Amino acid sequence: MIEIRHLTKIYTDGQRETRALDDVSLKVEPGEIFGIIGLSGAGKSTLVRCINMLERPQEGTVLVNGIDMTALDNRELRAARQRIGMIFQHFNLLSSRTVFGNVAFPLEITGVPKGETKERVLELLHLVGLEDKASSYPAQLSGGQKQRVGIARALANRPQVLLCDEATSALDPETTTAVLDLLQDINRKMGLTILLITHEMPVIQQVCDRVAVIENGQIVEHGPVLEVFTAPKTGEARRLVRGVIEIDIPEDLLQRHSNNGDSILLKISFIGASAGKPIMADLMQRYPVLVNILFGRIDHIKDTPFGTLVVELSGKSAALNEATEYLARQDLQVEVLRDV
Amino acid sequence: MFNPMIWRLIWQATGETLYMVGVAVVLAELVGLPLGIILVTTERGHILESPALNRVLATVINIGRSVPFIILMVAIIPFTRKVVGTSIGTTAAMVPLTVAAIPFVARLVETALKEVDGGVVEAALAIGASPFQIIWKVLIPEALPSLVLGLTITAVNLIGYSAMAGAVGGGGLGDLAVRYGYQRFRTDIMLLTVIILIVLVQAMQMLGDWAANRMSKK
Ligand SMILES: Nc1ncnc2c1ncn2[C@@H]1O[C@H](COP(=O)(O)OP(=O)(O)OP(=O)(O)O)[C@@H](O)[C@H]1O
Ligand SMILES: [Mg+2]
Repeated sequence: MIEIRHLTKIYTDGQRETRALDDVSLKVEPGEIFGIIGLSGAGKSTLVRCINMLERPQEGTVLVNGIDMTALDNRELRAARQRIGMIFQHFNLLSSRTVFGNVAFPLEITGVPKGETKERVLELLHLVGLEDKASSYPAQLSGGQKQRVGIARALANRPQVLLCDEATSALDPETTTAVLDLLQDINRKMGLTILLITHEMPVIQQVCDRVAVIENGQIVEHGPVLEVFTAPKTGEARRLVRGVIEIDIPEDLLQRHSNNGDSILLKISFIGASAGKPIMADLMQRYPVLVNILFGRIDHIKDTPFGTLVVELSGKSAALNEATEYLARQDLQVEVLRDV
Repeated sequence: MFNPMIWRLIWQATGETLYMVGVAVVLAELVGLPLGIILVTTERGHILESPALNRVLATVINIGRSVPFIILMVAIIPFTRKVVGTSIGTTAAMVPLTVAAIPFVARLVETALKEVDGGVVEAALAIGASPFQIIWKVLIPEALPSLVLGLTITAVNLIGYSAMAGAVGGGGLGDLAVRYGYQRFRTDIMLLTVIILIVLVQAMQMLGDWAANRMSKK
């Protein structure tokens, strides 16, 4: 749906040159929610803005639904933009227009007849749950409501793609979840492809199917969210994941259990279906070991449960080895934190 | 206090002042508004980016604004004569008033439009709006309260200028004040014209503030 090839964008500010994007290539499949995450200044905004040519890249091509955005003249570009929705961190609503007027704006731009506009706007306001606010002005709305108006406006011309630049960064966590739920709902109902930019890992965790990590204008890692979360390959990805799902085992816990001679400390991660199996009970039945659970939590990555368990196994060294091997054979990730 | 003839004169002079200012404001807005729009939209990074045009226009407008009104009035007499056929009277006074107000309006329009959040323009671009649509449907409506305040300032300023124009034969309240109040030592008439001018300015300012306030949805 979106294909970015060797995109390079350099900003020139007098003598200073900033390589905001450095040979970025990326493919977003139809119907997926693709996240791009990176720290401030990594080039995220530049990347989305290059997709609808709000920013012109020096090199590379951007294909949206097969159309090369870099090759269009002004008129063609406007037509192409009408098929790409965009929402913004600061909503960017017209303060002089009501909610209705804001959602009607893109339809006015494309020349949709009045009667049809009214019908479509009401339908969109229903979709985002703001029917009762049709005649309010943006200044009278909360941040979450403003973003809903932004979403309704972005969807007005039935785009195939929705670009979101930090769409939830100005919202509190609860409102963020509500807006993300709405985006996910739209994605499912209408099969809309969503490209989402954020610096907040929980956003990626909640809605994205795949993610790319951007650092200094380069994509350093990308893949299914589950993969990047559970097995981050680069330092940048690890840094971003840390604190969201990766657990730092408290030091005193390790200390406290360091002097038992016949025990080992394991970190066990389980994904999806295996989260439901009674593995620990199994383990104790099969092997002469004692299981002491020290820490446990279950997170969700989009709809997949992802659990982490820190356990202490004690018993004879042979039994401990067998037990560890047994665990490794299951659909689990096992990491030995401390050996005998 | 005054005999009916004086009242009639005052009434007529007030009408002339309003006429001069009214027409000059309308004409100056007609020319100044597009100039202000061009000034903003041809800036670097804006929807009709054109640095050369922008620089030329800005320079011309600055020159226009730096010529004192009294000098401008005299300097453009040949032009005035060509346009309205005469260089004295109320109609003739409208020409320098308009010419003086155009760059002023252009700058006020520029200031007003620059207050419009760049993000909103960006959103309109992302939606696929043309430059023309952005000007009509985004910039002007979003800046409307400020534009109205600018219009008010222009009108108030032109009342002052019109009194000056009156002093050199342009008619209106300034003319009356000079002819009767100054030359015939009718301090009472002088005072009354000043009071009328004050009332006019106050009324316009209040009307402008009220209108701008009503339009603002921020
Ligand atoms: N118009 C511009 N002119 C010059 N440099 C720019 C411009 N826009 C962005 N940059 C630079 O390009 C780099 C990437 O900026 P960008 O806005 O894409 O980052 P970002 O990842 O969106 O950051 P944030 O999370 O803070 O929004 C930064 O170093 C920034 O300073
Ligand atoms: Mg950004």
